[in-house]
Amino acid sequence: MTDSPASQEADASQAELAVTLRNVTKVFDNGVIALGPIDLEVRRGEFVSLLGPSGCGKSTALRLMAGLNVPTSGSVHVQRRMAKLSGSHPVGFVFQEPTLMPWTSVRENVRLPLKLAHVPRAQANRRIDEALAQMGLSEFADAYPRELSGGMKMRVSLARALVTDCDILLMDEPFAALDEITRFRLNNDLLALWRSLRKTIIFVTHSVFESVYLSQRVLVMTARPGRIAAEIGIETADPRTEDFRTSAGYAAYCRRVSDALAPSYRGGSA
Amino acid sequence: MSAPATDGRPPRFVRIGLPVVLLAILIVAWELVVRLKDIPPYVLPAPSAVFTTLIVDWGVLSQSLLVTLLTTFEGFVAAAAGGIALALLFNLSKWLEYSLFPYAVVLQVTPVIAIAPLLLIYLPQPIAVVVCAWIVAFFPVLSNTTLGLNSVDRNLAGLFQLYGASRWQTLRLLKLPAALPFILGGLRIAGGLSLIGAVVAEIAAGSAGAGSGLAYRIAESGYRLNIPRMFAALLLLSAAGIVIYGLLALTSHFMLRRWHESALGKES
Repeated sequence: MTDSPASQEADASQAELAVTLRNVTKVFDNGVIALGPIDLEVRRGEFVSLLGPSGCGKSTALRLMAGLNVPTSGSVHVQRRMAKLSGSHPVGFVFQEPTLMPWTSVRENVRLPLKLAHVPRAQANRRIDEALAQMGLSEFADAYPRELSGGMKMRVSLARALVTDCDILLMDEPFAALDEITRFRLNNDLLALWRSLRKTIIFVTHSVFESVYLSQRVLVMTARPGRIAAEIGIETADPRTEDFRTSAGYAAYCRRVSDALAPSYRGGSA
Repeated sequence: MSAPATDGRPPRFVRIGLPVVLLAILIVAWELVVRLKDIPPYVLPAPSAVFTTLIVDWGVLSQSLLVTLLTTFEGFVAAAAGGIALALLFNLSKWLEYSLFPYAVVLQVTPVIAIAPLLLIYLPQPIAVVVCAWIVAFFPVLSNTTLGLNSVDRNLAGLFQLYGASRWQTLRLLKLPAALPFILGGLRIAGGLSLIGAVVAEIAAGSAGAGSGLAYRIAESGYRLNIPRMFAALLLLSAAGIVIYGLLALTSHFMLRRWHESALGKES
């Protein structure tokens, strides 16, 4: 059940694709058509945002990629690389809520994926320390989730995804519940992380500004059933900084993305 | 009787002191009424007489207290183990839940005092008494544990699925910890109930003349019109119930104090 249903035709052109969705639809048990059909290709190392109104199926698409749900039709293919470390997992998932276990410490929360994969304790400890340091959490290792702020909890959630050394990071509106200052900081940290680790990141959001700031490519989705309405590449000088947030280019991209998004609001029920 | 409620909650010593003062007043009044009206002890014994009996009869009463406590403890352990185990089985198999749960409810809603005489016919008395305590106490454990196991965070469950957790890992690392506050709540109720179950069974068995627990002492003293001893035994039963509840509440507090809302102090 944990493996995503994959059509295993791996020809040469697909070699560098991390995630491929072909003609994927999802119909829920209650008959609601949540998604599709959509086609989607994400290259290895790419940062892609899925942008759309609430209930447009973008989270559903993400859950399909993670193998948490099974598509009604079509195929979902997630490219796996040879695992370098034991307990590696091709896909890391960050939920909208931090989704931490309240009954145990930050360290034990981050340990979870390694524990489930029976990674030897000494090795696990080393990797946990590394992941905590990466997210700036070293001094909070023994704190309990309730003692942390919302932003800190999200960092723990990210550290837990990173500790598996995943290739692909799926993020489902991870910063939606945070205040703007915290969100901007986490945006910058995530970009720095992406630059240094070169992971493939698929980022679901309903914020135009966040999607333009973070990603190389924004996929705009329509309201239910979710389809991909437009695809907009964001091209700027690579190390994006706070300057980008106030630049004319950024504003122009935001306008283009907003325009692409507008029909899905008019057409939808909202 | 002045409680200066300045802002909402009166201070701690008032909240604790008030019931204690009330108790003292009642005891003194009781003692005075019995002495002044010269009421004989077989009608209403004075508190001092009850207290004297408690000391004089301590040998018999303490023996009985131990018997009742042991029954209660056995019933409680059986109820805790049975309730949790049954809830886990229900969680693994819906079929089992659908077929057995109605009978658990039937067992719960049928008054145990009516079941006890039957149990005493079919089972040896020491076992029948424990079974009675179990019948009364297991249901809150069962229903609370079931509720707890079903209230696991959906995203956390997804996370466990994503990382390929086995059934056993999911149970041990996710479901049981998530259900712990509910289980402890169920156990807290079960503690008091198993005492009730033990007492009911002893009273039912008492007429057969084979018991020696506190409830049996109460019944026996009643036949002999030894009213002071009835009160003394009742006092011990009540104290036992309070101690059981206190111990379970304390256990619950210490197990949850690092993370659960119910156990967090006002300071955080």
